[in-house]
Amino acid sequence: MALENTLIQDKLTETFNNDVFNFQQERDIFSLEASADKITPLILFLKNDPELKFHFLTDLCGIHYPDNESERQFAVVYHLHNWYENKRLKIKVFLNGEKPEIKSVSNIFLSSNWMERETFDFYGINFIGHPQLKRILNMDEMVSHPMRKEFPMEDSGRTDKDDRFFGRTTTNC
Amino acid sequence: MSDSKVNMVAPPEGLNGEGFFATKLSDVVGLARANSLWPLPFATSCCGIEFMATMASHYDLARFGSERVSFSPRQADMLLVMGTISKKMAPILRQVYEQMAEPRWVIAVGACASSGGVFDTYSVLQGIDKVIPVDVYVPGCPPRPEQIVDGVMRLQDLVKSESVRRRSSPEYQELLASYNIS
Repeated sequence: MALENTLIQDKLTETFNNDVFNFQQERDIFSLEASADKITPLILFLKNDPELKFHFLTDLCGIHYPDNESERQFAVVYHLHNWYENKRLKIKVFLNGEKPEIKSVSNIFLSSNWMERETFDFYGINFIGHPQLKRILNMDEMVSHPMRKEFPMEDSGRTDKDDRFFGRTTTNC
Repeated sequence: MSDSKVNMVAPPEGLNGEGFFATKLSDVVGLARANSLWPLPFATSCCGIEFMATMASHYDLARFGSERVSFSPRQADMLLVMGTISKKMAPILRQVYEQMAEPRWVIAVGACASSGGVFDTYSVLQGIDKVIPVDVYVPGCPPRPEQIVDGVMRLQDLVKSESVRRRSSPEYQELLASYNIS
Protein backbone atom coordinates (compact mmCIF):
# COMPACT_ATOMS: atom_id res chain seq x y z
CA MET A 1 0.00 0.00 0.00
CA ALA A 2 1.90 3.00 -1.24
CA LEU A 3 1.51 6.40 0.26
CA GLU A 4 -0.97 8.21 -1.97
CA ASN A 5 -0.96 11.92 -2.70
CA THR A 6 -4.64 12.18 -1.79
CA LEU A 7 -3.99 10.70 1.64
CA ILE A 8 -1.23 13.22 2.34
CA GLN A 9 -3.39 16.06 1.09
CA ASP A 10 -6.44 15.01 3.12
CA LYS A 11 -4.48 14.56 6.31
CA LEU A 12 -2.72 17.91 5.99
CA THR A 13 -5.88 19.82 5.05
CA GLU A 14 -7.71 18.24 7.97
CA THR A 15 -5.05 19.34 10.42
CA PHE A 16 -3.93 22.67 8.98
CA ASN A 17 -6.98 23.91 7.04
CA ASN A 18 -6.00 27.01 5.10
CA ASP A 19 -2.35 27.02 6.10
CA VAL A 20 -1.52 24.40 3.48
CA PHE A 21 -2.58 24.98 -0.09
CA ASN A 22 -1.58 24.72 -3.73
CA PHE A 23 -1.14 20.94 -3.73
CA GLN A 24 0.21 19.67 -7.03
CA GLN A 25 2.24 16.91 -8.58
CA GLU A 26 5.33 18.57 -10.05
CA ARG A 27 6.86 15.95 -12.34
CA ASP A 28 7.59 13.11 -9.92
CA ILE A 29 7.38 15.00 -6.67
CA PHE A 30 4.28 15.96 -4.76
CA SER A 31 4.48 19.54 -3.57
CA LEU A 32 2.54 22.05 -1.55
CA GLU A 33 2.77 25.54 -0.17
CA ALA A 34 2.50 26.40 3.49
CA SER A 35 2.30 29.58 5.49
CA ALA A 36 5.42 30.54 7.35
CA ASP A 37 4.02 30.68 10.89
CA LYS A 38 2.85 27.06 10.77
CA ILE A 39 6.09 25.50 9.56
CA THR A 40 7.12 23.98 12.91
CA PRO A 41 3.87 22.08 13.60
CA LEU A 42 3.66 21.08 9.93
CA ILE A 43 7.12 19.53 9.82
CA LEU A 44 6.56 17.88 13.21
CA PHE A 45 3.26 16.45 12.01
CA LEU A 46 4.80 15.09 8.80
CA LYS A 47 7.62 13.53 10.75
CA ASN A 48 5.66 11.98 13.60
CA ASP A 49 2.38 10.96 12.02
CA PRO A 50 2.29 7.13 11.98
CA GLU A 51 1.04 7.04 8.40
CA LEU A 52 3.08 9.83 6.81
CA LYS A 53 6.46 9.12 8.43
CA PHE A 54 8.50 11.73 6.56
CA HIS A 55 11.54 10.95 8.65
CA PHE A 56 14.24 12.42 6.51
CA LEU A 57 15.00 15.98 5.46
CA THR A 58 16.76 15.68 2.11
CA ASP A 59 17.37 19.35 1.60
CA LEU A 60 16.46 22.82 2.71
CA CYS A 61 17.26 25.80 0.56
CA GLY A 62 16.23 29.31 -0.36
CA ILE A 63 15.04 30.97 -3.54
CA HIS A 64 14.86 34.62 -4.44
CA TYR A 65 12.03 35.84 -6.68
CA PRO A 66 12.82 39.52 -7.27
CA ASP A 67 9.82 39.97 -9.59
CA ASN A 68 7.23 38.78 -7.08
CA GLU A 69 5.20 41.10 -4.87
CA SER A 70 6.98 42.06 -1.67
CA GLU A 71 5.17 39.45 0.45
CA ARG A 72 6.47 36.62 -1.76
CA GLN A 73 10.02 37.75 -2.53
CA PHE A 74 11.76 34.82 -0.87
CA ALA A 75 10.95 31.17 -0.56
CA VAL A 76 12.32 28.44 1.65
CA VAL A 77 11.96 24.95 0.24
CA TYR A 78 11.88 21.79 2.33
CA HIS A 79 12.38 18.42 0.69
CA LEU A 80 11.17 15.55 2.86
CA HIS A 81 11.59 11.86 2.16
CA ASN A 82 9.70 8.89 3.51
CA TRP A 83 12.11 5.98 3.24
CA TYR A 84 9.54 3.32 4.09
CA GLU A 85 7.41 4.12 1.06
CA ASN A 86 10.14 5.90 -0.96
CA LYS A 87 7.89 8.94 -1.20
CA ARG A 88 9.18 12.46 -1.51
CA LEU A 89 7.48 15.71 -0.61
CA LYS A 90 8.32 19.32 -1.33
CA ILE A 91 7.11 22.16 0.85
CA LYS A 92 7.50 25.74 -0.28
CA VAL A 93 7.11 28.62 2.11
CA PHE A 94 7.06 32.16 0.78
CA LEU A 95 8.48 34.97 2.90
CA ASN A 96 8.33 38.70 2.75
CA GLY A 97 11.14 40.55 1.04
CA GLU A 98 11.71 43.30 3.59
CA LYS A 99 12.39 41.06 6.55
CA PRO A 100 12.54 37.40 5.53
CA GLU A 101 12.34 35.25 8.63
CA ILE A 102 10.98 31.86 9.54
CA LYS A 103 11.14 29.51 12.51
CA SER A 104 14.12 27.19 12.50
CA VAL A 105 13.48 23.45 12.21
CA SER A 106 16.93 22.57 13.51
CA ASN A 107 15.42 21.14 16.68
CA ILE A 108 13.33 18.71 14.60
CA PHE A 109 15.91 17.72 11.98
CA LEU A 110 19.47 18.19 13.20
CA SER A 111 20.71 18.10 9.60
CA SER A 112 18.93 21.35 8.88
CA ASN A 113 21.37 23.21 11.12
CA TRP A 114 23.97 23.63 8.38
CA MET A 115 21.40 23.91 5.62
CA GLU A 116 19.80 26.85 7.40
CA ARG A 117 23.17 28.43 7.95
CA GLU A 118 23.85 28.11 4.23
CA THR A 119 20.49 29.65 3.37
CA PHE A 120 21.16 32.50 5.76
CA ASP A 121 24.62 32.93 4.27
CA PHE A 122 23.43 33.19 0.67
CA TYR A 123 19.98 34.75 1.01
CA GLY A 124 19.98 36.56 4.34
CA ILE A 125 16.90 34.68 5.51
CA ASN A 126 16.72 34.77 9.28
CA PHE A 127 15.91 31.44 10.96
CA ILE A 128 14.42 32.24 14.34
CA GLY A 129 15.65 29.97 17.11
CA HIS A 130 18.65 28.61 15.22
CA PRO A 131 21.38 27.75 17.76
CA GLN A 132 24.24 29.32 15.79
CA LEU A 133 23.11 31.39 12.84
CA LYS A 134 26.33 32.56 11.20
CA ARG A 135 27.89 32.27 7.76
CA ILE A 136 29.08 28.82 6.80
CA LEU A 137 30.58 29.04 3.31
CA ASN A 138 31.44 32.66 2.65
CA MET A 139 33.92 34.70 4.59
CA ASP A 140 32.64 36.32 7.76
CA GLU A 141 33.65 39.83 6.64
CA MET A 142 31.18 39.73 3.76
CA VAL A 143 28.24 42.08 4.10
CA SER A 144 26.09 40.95 1.17
CA HIS A 145 24.08 37.80 0.53
CA PRO A 146 25.42 36.74 -2.85
CA MET A 147 22.58 34.54 -4.13
CA ARG A 148 20.15 37.44 -4.07
CA LYS A 149 19.49 38.48 -7.64
CA GLU A 150 20.46 42.10 -7.10
CA PHE A 151 23.96 41.04 -6.18
CA PRO A 152 26.36 41.37 -9.14
CA MET A 153 28.06 38.15 -10.20
CA GLU A 154 31.37 39.80 -10.90
CA ASP A 155 33.42 42.50 -9.31
CA SER A 156 32.63 45.69 -11.20
CA GLY A 157 35.92 47.25 -10.18
CA ARG A 158 37.93 44.63 -11.99
CA THR A 159 41.00 46.06 -13.65
CA ASP A 160 42.95 42.97 -14.58
CA LYS A 161 40.56 41.29 -16.96
CA ASP A 162 39.68 42.71 -20.33
CA ASP A 163 36.19 41.66 -21.37
CA ARG A 164 37.21 41.46 -25.02
CA PHE A 165 39.39 38.44 -24.28
CA PHE A 166 36.61 36.59 -22.47
CA GLY A 167 33.93 36.75 -25.15
CA ARG A 168 31.90 39.10 -22.99
CA THR A 169 29.96 41.96 -24.47
CA THR A 170 27.57 44.42 -22.89
CA THR A 171 24.62 42.33 -24.07
CA ASN A 172 25.55 38.87 -22.90
CA CYS A 173 26.55 39.37 -19.28
CA MET B 1 80.12 3.91 -14.23
CA SER B 2 81.21 4.96 -17.69
CA ASP B 3 77.86 4.10 -19.23
CA SER B 4 75.75 6.03 -16.71
CA LYS B 5 73.66 8.90 -18.01
CA VAL B 6 73.81 11.01 -14.90
CA ASN B 7 73.86 14.71 -15.66
CA MET B 8 76.08 16.60 -13.28
CA VAL B 9 75.30 20.21 -12.50
CA ALA B 10 77.66 22.44 -14.43
CA PRO B 11 80.00 24.49 -12.26
CA PRO B 12 79.50 28.25 -12.19
CA GLU B 13 81.78 30.64 -14.05
CA GLY B 14 85.14 31.00 -12.41
CA LEU B 15 88.87 30.65 -12.56
CA ASN B 16 90.07 27.12 -12.99
CA GLY B 17 93.62 26.18 -12.23
CA GLU B 18 95.88 23.44 -10.94
CA GLY B 19 94.24 22.26 -7.69
CA PHE B 20 91.95 25.24 -7.19
CA PHE B 21 88.76 26.79 -8.51
CA ALA B 22 87.82 30.35 -7.67
CA THR B 23 84.34 31.73 -8.12
CA LYS B 24 81.78 34.10 -6.56
CA LEU B 25 80.15 33.13 -3.27
CA SER B 26 76.83 34.25 -4.73
CA ASP B 27 77.10 31.68 -7.50
CA VAL B 28 77.98 28.82 -5.18
CA VAL B 29 75.15 29.65 -2.81
CA GLY B 30 72.80 30.04 -5.77
CA LEU B 31 73.86 26.67 -7.11
CA ALA B 32 73.25 25.00 -3.76
CA ARG B 33 69.88 26.68 -3.27
CA ALA B 34 68.69 26.01 -6.82
CA ASN B 35 69.41 22.30 -6.63
CA SER B 36 67.76 21.72 -3.27
CA LEU B 37 64.47 23.59 -3.50
CA TRP B 38 62.28 21.93 -0.91
CA PRO B 39 58.66 22.27 -1.92
CA LEU B 40 55.70 23.15 0.25
CA PRO B 41 52.69 22.15 -1.82
CA PHE B 42 49.60 24.21 -1.08
CA ALA B 43 47.23 22.12 -3.17
CA THR B 44 43.55 22.91 -3.16
CA SER B 45 42.28 21.45 -6.45
CA CYS B 46 43.04 19.62 -9.68
CA CYS B 47 46.47 21.23 -10.15
CA GLY B 48 47.41 19.52 -6.89
CA ILE B 49 46.69 16.16 -8.53
CA GLU B 50 48.96 17.10 -11.42
CA PHE B 51 51.64 17.97 -8.88
CA MET B 52 51.26 14.53 -7.30
CA ALA B 53 51.95 13.08 -10.72
CA THR B 54 54.96 15.38 -10.97
CA MET B 55 56.28 14.10 -7.67
CA ALA B 56 55.69 10.46 -8.64
CA SER B 57 58.25 8.19 -10.26
CA HIS B 58 57.52 8.92 -13.91
CA TYR B 59 58.23 12.65 -13.79
CA ASP B 60 60.22 12.44 -10.57
CA LEU B 61 60.56 15.96 -9.22
CA ALA B 62 63.18 14.53 -6.84
CA ARG B 63 65.70 14.80 -9.69
CA PHE B 64 65.76 18.53 -9.02
CA GLY B 65 66.66 18.11 -5.37
CA SER B 66 63.02 18.47 -4.35
CA GLU B 67 62.78 15.07 -2.73
CA ARG B 68 61.52 16.31 0.58
CA VAL B 69 57.98 17.58 0.29
CA SER B 70 56.94 19.09 3.57
CA PHE B 71 53.44 20.14 4.44
CA SER B 72 54.86 22.57 6.90
CA PRO B 73 56.58 25.93 6.42
CA ARG B 74 59.66 24.59 8.21
CA GLN B 75 62.71 24.12 5.99
CA ALA B 76 60.60 24.76 2.89
CA ASP B 77 61.94 27.12 0.24
CA MET B 78 59.44 26.81 -2.58
CA LEU B 79 55.74 27.41 -2.00
CA LEU B 80 53.71 25.88 -4.79
CA VAL B 81 50.15 27.18 -4.79
CA MET B 82 48.03 24.82 -6.82
CA GLY B 83 44.33 25.35 -7.24
CA THR B 84 41.56 27.81 -6.59
CA ILE B 85 42.22 30.11 -3.67
CA SER B 86 38.98 31.52 -2.34
CA LYS B 87 38.93 34.80 -0.46
CA LYS B 88 38.25 32.82 2.67
CA MET B 89 41.44 30.82 2.10
CA ALA B 90 43.61 33.89 1.34
CA PRO B 91 44.54 34.70 4.98
CA ILE B 92 45.60 31.09 5.54
CA LEU B 93 47.79 31.12 2.43
CA ARG B 94 49.31 34.36 3.61
CA GLN B 95 49.99 32.95 7.03
CA VAL B 96 51.74 29.93 5.52
CA TYR B 97 53.88 32.27 3.41
CA GLU B 98 54.73 34.44 6.40
CA GLN B 99 55.77 31.40 8.41
CA MET B 100 58.32 30.34 5.80
CA ALA B 101 61.87 31.45 6.45
CA GLU B 102 63.82 33.52 3.94
CA PRO B 103 64.89 32.83 1.26
CA ARG B 104 61.53 31.70 -0.06
CA TRP B 105 60.07 31.46 -3.51
CA VAL B 106 56.53 31.11 -4.77
CA ILE B 107 55.21 29.34 -7.85
CA ALA B 108 51.58 29.90 -8.86
CA VAL B 109 50.56 26.73 -10.66
CA GLY B 110 47.65 26.84 -13.06
CA ALA B 111 45.07 29.39 -14.12
CA CYS B 112 43.25 29.61 -10.77
CA ALA B 113 46.24 30.40 -8.62
CA SER B 114 47.63 32.78 -11.25
CA SER B 115 44.51 34.76 -12.06
CA GLY B 116 41.38 33.19 -10.63
CA GLY B 117 40.93 31.23 -13.84
CA VAL B 118 37.39 30.53 -14.90
CA PHE B 119 36.12 31.39 -11.43
CA ASP B 120 35.48 35.06 -12.00
CA THR B 121 33.20 35.36 -8.98
CA TYR B 122 32.74 37.20 -5.72
CA SER B 123 34.20 34.38 -3.63
CA VAL B 124 37.44 33.63 -5.47
CA LEU B 125 40.69 35.50 -5.12
CA GLN B 126 41.64 36.73 -8.60
CA GLY B 127 45.23 35.53 -8.48
CA ILE B 128 47.39 34.88 -5.43
CA ASP B 129 49.62 37.84 -6.30
CA LYS B 130 46.93 39.93 -4.60
CA VAL B 131 48.16 38.62 -1.24
CA ILE B 132 51.70 37.26 -1.67
CA PRO B 133 54.54 37.99 -4.10
CA VAL B 134 54.92 35.39 -6.87
CA ASP B 135 58.10 34.41 -8.71
CA VAL B 136 56.90 32.04 -11.42
CA TYR B 137 53.48 31.56 -12.99
CA VAL B 138 52.71 28.22 -14.63
CA PRO B 139 49.93 28.50 -17.20
CA GLY B 140 47.48 25.71 -17.98
CA CYS B 141 44.21 24.36 -16.72
CA PRO B 142 45.48 22.11 -15.31
CA PRO B 143 49.11 22.20 -16.45
CA ARG B 144 50.69 18.87 -17.37
CA PRO B 145 53.51 17.62 -15.12
CA GLU B 146 56.02 18.72 -17.79
CA GLN B 147 54.78 22.28 -17.37
CA ILE B 148 55.15 22.12 -13.61
CA VAL B 149 58.67 20.75 -14.05
CA ASP B 150 59.31 23.61 -16.48
CA GLY B 151 58.05 26.07 -13.85
CA VAL B 152 60.43 24.60 -11.30
CA MET B 153 63.31 24.86 -13.79
CA ARG B 154 62.47 28.49 -14.48
CA LEU B 155 62.52 29.10 -10.76
CA GLN B 156 65.90 27.38 -10.57
CA ASP B 157 67.21 29.88 -13.12
CA LEU B 158 65.94 32.72 -10.92
CA VAL B 159 67.45 31.21 -7.79
CA LYS B 160 70.82 30.55 -9.46
CA SER B 161 71.19 34.17 -10.47
CA GLU B 162 69.85 35.67 -7.25
CA SER B 163 72.35 37.66 -5.25
CA VAL B 164 72.88 36.61 -1.63
CA ARG B 165 72.15 40.20 -0.65
CA ARG B 166 68.82 40.44 -2.47
CA ARG B 167 66.66 39.59 0.53
CA SER B 168 68.03 42.48 2.56
CA SER B 169 67.91 45.00 -0.29
CA PRO B 170 65.60 48.01 0.04
CA GLU B 171 63.75 46.99 -3.15
CA TYR B 172 62.86 43.63 -1.65
CA GLN B 173 61.80 45.24 1.63
CA GLU B 174 59.63 47.59 -0.38
CA LEU B 175 58.06 44.66 -2.22
CA LEU B 176 57.16 42.94 1.04
CA ALA B 177 55.92 46.21 2.50
CA SER B 178 53.60 46.59 -0.48
CA TYR B 179 52.00 43.31 0.64
CA ASN B 180 52.05 44.44 4.30
CA ILE B 181 54.39 41.59 5.18
CA SER B 182 57.05 42.70 7.63
